[in-house]
Amino acid sequence: MSDEPIAVPRQEMAVDIACVGFGPAMGGFLTTLSRALAEAPAESAAMPGMPLQVLCYERADDLAAGVSGVVTRAQAIRASFPEIAGSEVPMLTPVRQEKVLYLLDPIGASRRSAMLRIGDAAIRPLSSHYAFELPYTPEFLNKHGGLVMSIGQFNQWVANELMTAGVAQLWPSSPVSEALFDGNAVVGVRLAEQGVDRQGNPEGAYMPGMDVRAQLTVIGDGPVGAVGQSIDRKLGMPAGHARKEWAVGMKMVVELPEDTPLEAGTVWHTFGFPEPEIFGFLYVHPERLASVGIFVPSWMPNPGRSAYRYLQHFMQHPYLWRYLQGSTMRSWGAKSLQESGMTGEPFLAGDGYARIGEGSGSTNMLTGSGVDEAWATGVMLGESAVELLRAGKPFTRENLEATYLRRRRASSVEREGQVAKHARNGFHSGLVSGLIGMALAGYSNGKLSLGAKIPPAHRQIESLESYYSRRLRPDQFARARAEAASGRRTLHDALMDACGWPAIDFDGKLLVSHQDALLMGGKVQAAPGFADHVVFRDGSLCERCAERTCIAMCSGQAISEGDDHRPAFDREKCVHCGACLWNCAHSADGLNSNIEFRAGAGGLHSAEN
Amino acid sequence: MANYFHIVVCASVVPDPLQTLEPVTGAVPTLKNEMMLPAVLDPWAASALYEAANLAAKHAGSKLWLVSLAPKAKLQQVMMTVAQKVPFELVAIDGPIGGFTDAHATAAALAEAISAIPGLEREHLLLFGGWESASRASGVTLQVLGEKLGIHDQFQGVDQITVADDGSFEILERIEGGRHQLSVCAGGPAVLGWATGNLPEPRNNPQVGMANMRGIMPALQKAKAVKLDANGLSYLSASLPKQQRQTRVVKDVPEEEIAREIAAWIAE
Repeated sequence: MSDEPIAVPRQEMAVDIACVGFGPAMGGFLTTLSRALAEAPAESAAMPGMPLQVLCYERADDLAAGVSGVVTRAQAIRASFPEIAGSEVPMLTPVRQEKVLYLLDPIGASRRSAMLRIGDAAIRPLSSHYAFELPYTPEFLNKHGGLVMSIGQFNQWVANELMTAGVAQLWPSSPVSEALFDGNAVVGVRLAEQGVDRQGNPEGAYMPGMDVRAQLTVIGDGPVGAVGQSIDRKLGMPAGHARKEWAVGMKMVVELPEDTPLEAGTVWHTFGFPEPEIFGFLYVHPERLASVGIFVPSWMPNPGRSAYRYLQHFMQHPYLWRYLQGSTMRSWGAKSLQESGMTGEPFLAGDGYARIGEGSGSTNMLTGSGVDEAWATGVMLGESAVELLRAGKPFTRENLEATYLRRRRASSVEREGQVAKHARNGFHSGLVSGLIGMALAGYSNGKLSLGAKIPPAHRQIESLESYYSRRLRPDQFARARAEAASGRRTLHDALMDACGWPAIDFDGKLLVSHQDALLMGGKVQAAPGFADHVVFRDGSLCERCAERTCIAMCSGQAISEGDDHRPAFDREKCVHCGACLWNCAHSADGLNSNIEFRAGAGGLHSAEN
Repeated sequence: MANYFHIVVCASVVPDPLQTLEPVTGAVPTLKNEMMLPAVLDPWAASALYEAANLAAKHAGSKLWLVSLAPKAKLQQVMMTVAQKVPFELVAIDGPIGGFTDAHATAAALAEAISAIPGLEREHLLLFGGWESASRASGVTLQVLGEKLGIHDQFQGVDQITVADDGSFEILERIEGGRHQLSVCAGGPAVLGWATGNLPEPRNNPQVGMANMRGIMPALQKAKAVKLDANGLSYLSASLPKQQRQTRVVKDVPEEEIAREIAAWIAE
């Protein structure tokens, strides 16, 4: 049989509403739409005589995969599902106790300023197990009355409800590559090409990505989604808006020891360790399961930032380790968070399209909350779509602004987002000023905040020499680089070792190699026949790059050292966290980093995240 | 004899093999939170489905049914992925989840559903399925089903079927010793329990998905609920297959050396 590609025409299909990405926002949208259409069905314009054709395409191989666990106030979710706390959603429980912990550094490897060290010394006598419990949880941060959930399990439960209602079709394993335009109007989406090689060249079983034309395209593909990116490229961002602040959240779901004293509903927020910039969490689910993880932000200048290595040190902090020792990893995963909030808000609606969820700038970085806000944005669009359908009005920019945008601007998502808008500015000058900035914004309802000139994410990464000149002697630095050059260690591991971070003593259960976490916890898989979705724009920039931040920060070790000092990408290890998009210190155009993150199939298969 | 087939593929739904499975022992064992575990079409039966679709596409006038017994919600979830692969008509049976069921009871429910398929022509019938299962079943359901339907030409471990002009077909069947046995069958009805076959997993085709979905939703709505009788079956215990993992990432190590090291590790 010949492997020569044969000419295959691109298929086209017309539907009424095309949705991209099945997360909490899309759950809120489709739940609202389904309920309304179940009561009073609408006729399809795309297929006259048929009910309204609503399709949702999701990249991940299952509707429960590729997402994360969470503690949330769940106000919007509860408005949709008043009985959810007593429902059959596994791993869901009400928040019962909550505390904020400042973690001291028991190792001495953490990069702490002189001021912080003085503060640490003062706090030390008041601490227990190298942690200082804040006397109360600030009002703007607390999740009292909220829920601890697994978004994987919640998504699956919502999907089951939706499929039973039968109004919307949910198609997993279906990456969408871009929006289709007619002028500035979005007229649908194009699915990813199949049967192509790594570079995207057609192979024997080539199938061009189908064009799905729709009157309304709903974009909920998250902060690094390809369709959202394609709209931003075409239409730009509102004046003064940009996505400059990011974090990667990495976590494990662990089974705690049988005699654990931790109650379901326990919620801990941490800061201060393993690096001052890294925030952490521990949420206890029912049946001795717990989510434990960290957020590594873009404003941490360390070019050797390795979320996985830091996560292992975090779990071994004495305050946590006394509960985690003897635990077993059940699941592991990571995702990028869009931490710009409202300053990263794109155009929310235009002719033929609307944006919901995290990619629409709904995440609130003062309250540390995004899931409930995302759900709320979906509900608002659902109500707006129903309103327009009932009135027989088209999904034009004007009509969507009069309905969806009006609801958004009048919502608590907007109100609280405005309070949080500049709350994190201080972190660009350090932890202490960051905390002061948060407190100012939080306690003044956003009236006060610290000013900051925030550079693009790629410029927040310091050069290797500059960063480590303050941590290591020249000979230590040179030795670490030589060790990395020999191939025995990765550069970030060699540098962390040199900074005094101890080797991880693998126990095979909780402390496992990065590769084992990928296989045992993430259960990562990628179907063949799709192009590489991580692309290095200018290889010569990579050749000259000393920082190698993309390799350090790659959650799945999918990016490694390749030939000619260029990074190599292995699609089969990618968890689609999108961290590479903003963890590159170089830019050819001064705006975007040297890494492109496109639509791709596969990723995490864990349903417990 | 007209050269077309009525192919019925029997396929169960199993947890995604990548999930963490936790058996819960009891009179009838279960898996913890199985309803909330992502599920897939049994990989062995999926091979059978792709082979069936390929065969049906080559022989004009052929028809393909997919018969599956599982909770409706789970079937619906799995169909969202499977429906994009190849065209078929679903016959859904709303039954319990899990493979800890009696093969005779399962076969009886399947036989009843297949017998009720309108327009099914017995002389053109090919009953497909997997020769093994990734579920906890005993791996005999297909054979028992064939017997219940009175089909005595049965082949297990099939890798290939080649149809002649006269409607007869040649079957390549795995036998012991890593060899194949070639059989010729004059025509339907026949049972073919597929091994892996030779076809790759088809690409997702959204138009096929949309077309299938028009029949899948009504099929799910009218799925008959069945309760499978345990027939006196009892379980002493349930456990996961033992596995031992040891991972080491190496670079620039010759294949021979890796092979030697693996062989030494297995021998330990």
